[in-house]
Amino acid sequence: MAEQNTGARVPTVIADELHIVYRVSGAKTGKGSATAALSRILKRGEERGVRKVHAVKGVSFVAYRGEAIGLIGSNGSGKSTLLRAIAGLLPAERGRVYTDGQPSLLGVNAALMNDLTGERNVILGGLAMGMTREEVKARYQEIVDFSGINEKGDFITLPMRTYSSGMAARLRFSIAAAKDHDVLMIDEALATGDRKFQMRSEERIRELRKEAGTVFLVSHNNKSIRDTCNRVLWLERGELRLDGPTEDVLNEYEKFTGK
Amino acid sequence: MSETTRDGDVAVSAHQSSDDGLTATELAAKYGLSVSGARPGLVEYVRRLWGRRHFILAFSQAKLTAQYSQARLGQLWQVATPLLNACVYYLIFGLILKASRGMPHGTYIPFLVTGVFVFTFTQSSIMAGVRAISGNLGLVRALHFPRAALPVSFALQQLQQLLFSMIVMFLVVVGFGSYPRLPWLLIVPVLVLQFLFNTGLALIVARLGAGTPDLAQLMPFVLRTWMYTSGVMFSLHHMLAGRPEWVIRVLQVNPAAVYMDLMRFALIEDYGSENLPPHVWAVALFWAVVVFGGGFVYFWKAEERYGRG
Repeated sequence: MAEQNTGARVPTVIADELHIVYRVSGAKTGKGSATAALSRILKRGEERGVRKVHAVKGVSFVAYRGEAIGLIGSNGSGKSTLLRAIAGLLPAERGRVYTDGQPSLLGVNAALMNDLTGERNVILGGLAMGMTREEVKARYQEIVDFSGINEKGDFITLPMRTYSSGMAARLRFSIAAAKDHDVLMIDEALATGDRKFQMRSEERIRELRKEAGTVFLVSHNNKSIRDTCNRVLWLERGELRLDGPTEDVLNEYEKFTGK
Repeated sequence: MSETTRDGDVAVSAHQSSDDGLTATELAAKYGLSVSGARPGLVEYVRRLWGRRHFILAFSQAKLTAQYSQARLGQLWQVATPLLNACVYYLIFGLILKASRGMPHGTYIPFLVTGVFVFTFTQSSIMAGVRAISGNLGLVRALHFPRAALPVSFALQQLQQLLFSMIVMFLVVVGFGSYPRLPWLLIVPVLVLQFLFNTGLALIVARLGAGTPDLAQLMPFVLRTWMYTSGVMFSLHHMLAGRPEWVIRVLQVNPAAVYMDLMRFALIEDYGSENLPPHVWAVALFWAVVVFGGGFVYFWKAEERYGRG
């Protein structure tokens, strides 16, 4: 169904020997005292006081239109870093990422403000994602309905700090999923919300995928990966350990984690 | 659910195609993919920034509202804060220190209040600018937008804050006998020029602050020094009487002093043009254009590096 246009598959993201290195300043000695900081400054030498963390080591893959790709691996294996690099938010140390259009991370939460009402946050979040004012207005009701915030009363006109963590997470997902993305990346967003909302968001991800985009999903929940993805990349210590159809990779992964 | 998995499997098994054997670069070129996160050219950058103008405005207004949302009096603090500030400065410099130096009382109070508000506009734009990138790393790492949107938005927030302060300023000025007259219209060009200047400075310190967050600790001292040499609480003209002419000139072309003096000249009836340095409008325009243009280019040059590490 997704392949009806041509026989050949259209690549949307190409990662070519990608290396990502984080530089953390002031973490070299682990001592936070003023004298330690001073001696760090006085000590001459290459990049004093800066520690390097090699988070992604030489990852290559090609993602195609219509694919939903799960990223799995233990904590700190470089999944989120890889997503940020694909989105062009973290510069690559070596190697390159080529993308079709602008990949976006489903991470609108950073633009939202707890002191503002849900209503204003919907508008602010939409604008932050690059929607026009008219688009935001047109989608507003849809977003509120999808989040289900107003099912238990008029909560959308209250400040977001008064929301329960589940409610806030639902609103965030609803805002982020409102835009049609060429390439959408989701980082653990499905772990939040109640069962009913989880089903609804999985439905929305399948929809986004049909709208000709590519979806990346980071999750520790193997079930939600099985339900939404058709291909899985397994990262371990920043290296791509396995890349293939969901079942094959997940079976290997479950063997590895001893489940 | 199983349906999705099935048509997904089809996609994976349709594996062989003419693309096999192409290198990543060739494949990218064939399908017109571009390098993720590359810095756009200056014209394209400006175009994208303009495309985000609604976000910039909404973000600045949201920041402004969020400031007082927990307070009982709410948005009333937008006006109450500058009013209280004016009272404190009046108490200290007007009553205790008597810094008026040859200026009649009726001129000195509006002089002081105008100076404090106008300087605060520049000062807080810079303070917000230093943290514009380093304090919003979450936003920078999560969403795509021209990063200049942040410092510009913070400068715009300060402009709106100043507009609230202007209500107090008008009250004080009228209260001391300067009634609305034609020169009040000069406020508009002065504000535009000062806003450009502030935005340019905010862009410069935003880039510096992104690389060296320590700058946020240092900045208050720099700004306080600048404040005392700009004649916020006293008239440079009176204070430096008898000093060599060039000393006065140098201190008077200081951009903070220029914008303050122009605003005072526009608002206060007894603050005549003898207090202004020669070619004052040219100087004001010069600072605005050079600092804004230079700051913008300087900020853009590091666009792809913000948010690293």
